[in-house]
Amino acid sequence: MLMTARERLAREIKALAEKHGHARAALIPIVQEIKHKYRKVDDFAMQVIADQLGIHPVEVYSVVSFYAFLGSQASGKFIIRLCRTISCDMQGKERVMRQMENDLGIKFGETTSDGKFSLEWANCMGMCDQGPAMLVNEKIYTHVTPEKVHEILEECRRSFGVHATEQKEVYLV
Amino acid sequence: MSHTTILDTGSRAPKSQQSLSVPRSGSDEAIGGTVTASINGQDVKVPLGTTILAAAQKVGIRIPTLCHHPDLCVAGVCRVCVVEVEGQRTLQAACAFPITSPIKVLTHTQKVRQTRRHVIDLLLSEHYGECYACGRNNNCELQSLAKEYGVDFFRFGHPDKPKFEIDRSSYSVIRDNDKCVLCRRCVRTCIDLQEVGTIEVAGRSDKSYITTFKDKPLGEVVCINCGQCINRCPTGALRANDPTDEVWAAIDDPRKHVVIQTAPSPRAAIGECFGLPPGEPLTFELNTALRLCGFDRIFDTNFTADLTIIEEGTELILRLYKALVAKDPDIALPQFTSCSPGWVKYLEHFYAQYIPNLSSAKSPQQMFGAVIKTYYAEKHGIDPKDIVTVALMPCSAKKFECNRSEMDDSGFKDVDYGLTTRELAKMISEAGLELPKLPKSDFDAPFGTATGSGVIFGATGGVMEAALRTVIELVTGAKVENLFEKANIIPVRGFEGVKYVELPITQVGPVPDILKHLVPDWEWLKGATLKVAVAHGTANARKVMEDIKAGGKFSQCHFIEFMGCPGGCIGGGGQPIPTSPEIRSARAKAIYAEDAGYEVRKSHENPDVVTIYKEFLTDGPCGHKSHKLLHTRYVARGKYIE
Repeated sequence: MLMTARERLAREIKALAEKHGHARAALIPIVQEIKHKYRKVDDFAMQVIADQLGIHPVEVYSVVSFYAFLGSQASGKFIIRLCRTISCDMQGKERVMRQMENDLGIKFGETTSDGKFSLEWANCMGMCDQGPAMLVNEKIYTHVTPEKVHEILEECRRSFGVHATEQKEVYLV
Repeated sequence: MSHTTILDTGSRAPKSQQSLSVPRSGSDEAIGGTVTASINGQDVKVPLGTTILAAAQKVGIRIPTLCHHPDLCVAGVCRVCVVEVEGQRTLQAACAFPITSPIKVLTHTQKVRQTRRHVIDLLLSEHYGECYACGRNNNCELQSLAKEYGVDFFRFGHPDKPKFEIDRSSYSVIRDNDKCVLCRRCVRTCIDLQEVGTIEVAGRSDKSYITTFKDKPLGEVVCINCGQCINRCPTGALRANDPTDEVWAAIDDPRKHVVIQTAPSPRAAIGECFGLPPGEPLTFELNTALRLCGFDRIFDTNFTADLTIIEEGTELILRLYKALVAKDPDIALPQFTSCSPGWVKYLEHFYAQYIPNLSSAKSPQQMFGAVIKTYYAEKHGIDPKDIVTVALMPCSAKKFECNRSEMDDSGFKDVDYGLTTRELAKMISEAGLELPKLPKSDFDAPFGTATGSGVIFGATGGVMEAALRTVIELVTGAKVENLFEKANIIPVRGFEGVKYVELPITQVGPVPDILKHLVPDWEWLKGATLKVAVAHGTANARKVMEDIKAGGKFSQCHFIEFMGCPGGCIGGGGQPIPTSPEIRSARAKAIYAEDAGYEVRKSHENPDVVTIYKEFLTDGPCGHKSHKLLHTRYVARGKYIE
């Protein structure tokens, strides 16, 4: 029997709750894993998580909306977050930003039409001595220059090709 | 007979915040039990862990508060209560600072006063709206603070246009986030006190706001409409859906016959809106006021409260009979009361599998609506379509209840409008009446006679007490007074979260006429023990339900009374603001005093109830006609939101 996406998600969350425990403290690790895998935490996932932890869905929503990385709506395969705080600003984040917007043809806060890239602002990443700093998904890049931007984007595109040819999973019960 | 109580445990708040007072060991003098604090130079000895706020109260120093509420856990978010504590670098929030060692506190220095003023100025810089266009004008904690601290201009500006849309999607509660000061009282009420979890804070920092799950309209999420958040909101951000304009329009329409029923709880509390201390019932003054306002008939909800007892009690007896004698395995026991619409919706959302346990009897409000538009209309030759029934209730959930699609058994909308205590007080003031000074007058016939049993519906344990008075007499044939002094069933009274009582049935009497067609005799009950329980506030209801789910002692009960609001109806979401444990117990006292003053104190002895079974509901309690008019059905709603 084929499972619906919802059933699969619910089962996954249940497994995560087993792994992290059913206490309130397990909320963030579970949400992080779901966010990592699906790049979003949707209504249904929040309600299942709440159910598993014995809390209310609105509390999950509250936490998700509090943390920028959890609540972000960016849906691209690669979420690029450029630091906008003062040291990176003084070290030329403005030029990096322009280069990236030109290369991708989108503004910050948007996602490319092919769904590959999202641009977002971030605040300090603790790399103030090596600015401008930038995150691509979980990978950090420092001393970013407009020249490097092209390289980084190309690297992303290449690695995306690998993902694209990966065999599609079929979920069976 | 035995009764036990369950201690209140388990809360969302971290341990450090749950209870700031360490367990008291009997006397304050116990070793290590007390600490001396100096507040503005006055020494005060308090139990270890007492907050500065409470210690200051003890020596008569009032520290202003906003986010603090006696019913809720500590938040410490508004910073209005800051004080200087010697040795601390910064000002400390008095409501969240437990005294654990001898300290020196200054509560009203120049620095403190200026800080408080700035805090208030900052709150006002985000508070959109004008006081004279607000329902909480003159009863607003932010307004009083601004007055107290002499705010005469907006130091940090004042918003000139709204940031949020007003959410009017719920039948009961209206949310206006522009008036919100983010004190989180509603959040703590909804999540900790009631454990419903409808609203929380979303976002972060200056972008945070109170919202529902995924910012959905309140009418579409899991909300039981209990209105406890309204009672605890310091400003006008939460209010009840006010139908007074429609009610005035009906009164002014000469073709309409406007009938109002008044419930006992609002009568015990409405005086507070007119400056009286809590606990002074104005039942008969209110009748005069309502007549002067232009209502055509004034009836006492107690009449249908008595009717509810007969119907619900009969239903219980039938269930017990089927379960014990006929051994029918499909009979759902324990039976749950269904008079609290907040509780009913809570069950429909969170424990839908227990809907068969819910008594099918309607709440007194809805029974009244159905009776007025059928029996009363028939008897007095009034076309039911010209009748407008209004219900004065202590409750915001009743507004939702009267709009439920099931509630049209009379062929019309059974109850047209639900008014809260606050709204009626407003109407009375609008009519230029000074309620406490009005002469007394009586209810109208034919539903004017009430019993003490109906009155105590308003307090937690009241429905149970009323039901026991009737059931005991009907089954044993003996007077309740022989078992309990003055028919006061004390074990089911009081404000403990959950009460549990066992009543052995040692003797049985003859079956009274009213039940003769349903059970042949009472022999099957002889020697049995009736187990009942009472829970108030949905957090306590949840404890009982979880126990039943786990097959604990409450699953062995026969009858359980649930009330959606802490304290029962007297603490309802439509009652005057503010609320606190003291205010609620004063109102409860008023209700029990009123009960003691009634001549007839048992539902089945109410002459009007006897008449209606003779004239109208001729096939008796739980008969065909009463099933059509006085009973209802429920909807399994579930807690998942699409």
